[in-house]
Amino acid sequence: MLRDRTVQGLTVALVVLLVASFFVPSWIVNQMLFASARAIAVIGLMVLWRTRLVSFGHALYFGLGAYTVAMVSRYTPVTDAFLLLGAAAALATLLGFLIGFIIRRYRDIFFAMLNLAFSMILYGILVKTEALGSTDGFTIAAPTFFGMAFEDAQEGKVALLCVLLVVGWAVAVGVQMYLQSTLGRLTTAIRDNEIRVEYLGYSVERAIHIKYVLSALLAGIGGGFMALALGQVDPDSMVNWTASGELVFVTILSGPGSVAAPFIGSFVFEILRTYAFEWMPHAWQMIVGGTLLVIIFFMPGGMWALVTRLAGQRAAGGAPGMER
Amino acid sequence: MTPPLLEVRDLHKKFGAVTAASNINVSFAAGETVGIIGANGAGKTTFVNMITGYLPPSYGTILYRGADITRRPPRDIARLGICRSFQVSQVFTSLSVIENLLTAVAIASSPGLAMLRPLRRPELLERAEVILERYRIAQHRDQLASDLSQGARKLLDIAMAVVSAPRVLLLDEPTSGISSEEKTALMDVVMEALKQDQMTILFIEHDMEIVERYVDRVLAFYQGEIICDAPPAEALRDAKVLEYVIGTEVQPEARGHA
Repeated sequence: MLRDRTVQGLTVALVVLLVASFFVPSWIVNQMLFASARAIAVIGLMVLWRTRLVSFGHALYFGLGAYTVAMVSRYTPVTDAFLLLGAAAALATLLGFLIGFIIRRYRDIFFAMLNLAFSMILYGILVKTEALGSTDGFTIAAPTFFGMAFEDAQEGKVALLCVLLVVGWAVAVGVQMYLQSTLGRLTTAIRDNEIRVEYLGYSVERAIHIKYVLSALLAGIGGGFMALALGQVDPDSMVNWTASGELVFVTILSGPGSVAAPFIGSFVFEILRTYAFEWMPHAWQMIVGGTLLVIIFFMPGGMWALVTRLAGQRAAGGAPGMER
Repeated sequence: MTPPLLEVRDLHKKFGAVTAASNINVSFAAGETVGIIGANGAGKTTFVNMITGYLPPSYGTILYRGADITRRPPRDIARLGICRSFQVSQVFTSLSVIENLLTAVAIASSPGLAMLRPLRRPELLERAEVILERYRIAQHRDQLASDLSQGARKLLDIAMAVVSAPRVLLLDEPTSGISSEEKTALMDVVMEALKQDQMTILFIEHDMEIVERYVDRVLAFYQGEIICDAPPAEALRDAKVLEYVIGTEVQPEARGHA
């Protein structure tokens, strides 16, 4: 059994990225913002995936988080990023908790599609409701940070990135600790044999419900950050099934090997999409789709498998934070 | 008089028009070892499944230490102290043997929020290692459960069932799929390990030599009913058991004495 160095690795990465965020060009800051926001949501999907549960509808919570930030910012005097994100997290958690009572009874394609069904209900409400911005959505004013406002937009983005990196680090470390706990380690056990888990005296439905609420919370936080990073929300980029598909895409691209993987996978996804769009503006989806095929056929462990291979570590059980 | 540890009253189970269990009334005292015998489809596994919550009875009552546990879910029944192993071993195939036991030990000893404590705790590991030794599977410690032989997998399945120190253990055909030469060796390991825990053991078995060797009492099932409940020496010579379970031709006069 190798010593797990995930937390140390994440901490070093945090320090490096915090320092780098002050020096990198603005387009990289933007990419890091979008990638890190999406990565937080993907960590939640990764927890579900380890239990062999795939959700095609987590844009429900991602979009809910984004719209909560937007609505609170628009209709109340609250401008503080932490309060806005707190509201996004709370609402996504509450909805995940309630829907979880239904979802936890389903597996496989039913689990995936039920999530999609719920997300499309929210999408339908958003596009048909004028007060919620309808199909156009609406813009969000730049947030403050503990009362501190940045007049320079770029400075504001760097400040948001610093907050996002710290929150991303805390989420990754928290989820890593969860995955090492008895409850977290049940991901593999449930995936292997639900009957045995029940006969050992633990409710599989409860374990799945907890994982589901965790994933909803993380998607809500991710969506909240994405709304602040973009400065606007709209149903198509936040709640539509394509947004859920992007989250699943990044989950597969990242691989389930480590809580650090979603950050790498998400950044690669942002770069890939940007350059694919620049190169083939009308057919960029072909490049993204082709990449997914390559990943599935040749690298089922995702980017993390590549990272561990490059680092010269044994892929099976040896990588930091790796779980069978 | 001491009340029975486990008592079943008027238990019935129907699957549509098929009656899988009918009019079952039986009780078990603490520390008993009971062999459950019967031909395929006689209702043995249905009986075990109803006691352990896998199947709800159509009607009837199951009492454990005087409390009604009928229709309680398997996890509640396991928490109360009735555990089981399976005809087809139910283990976590992508975990190693020690990880299987560690998971079982951790669930058994982590109520409520303790489930959030790390899995790999020294005290849990120590307990898992003791069980590993007791069930003679220490040589497979770091092997994946999917790579185990049938016998070792059976032992792991049984070991996982007893980590919570249940008062009642139900073993569904512990020797199925094992070669006849290995059966006795496996049962010796199991019964020796279980003896240390002083539990009531009910096991389904088709091999009458195994039954005769290890049990204090035999329950014979035929067409969903108990046709004989007696010590092995008596039960294995019972005319109905000979005819309907073992499959021996019975002389008319012997049947008349039954």
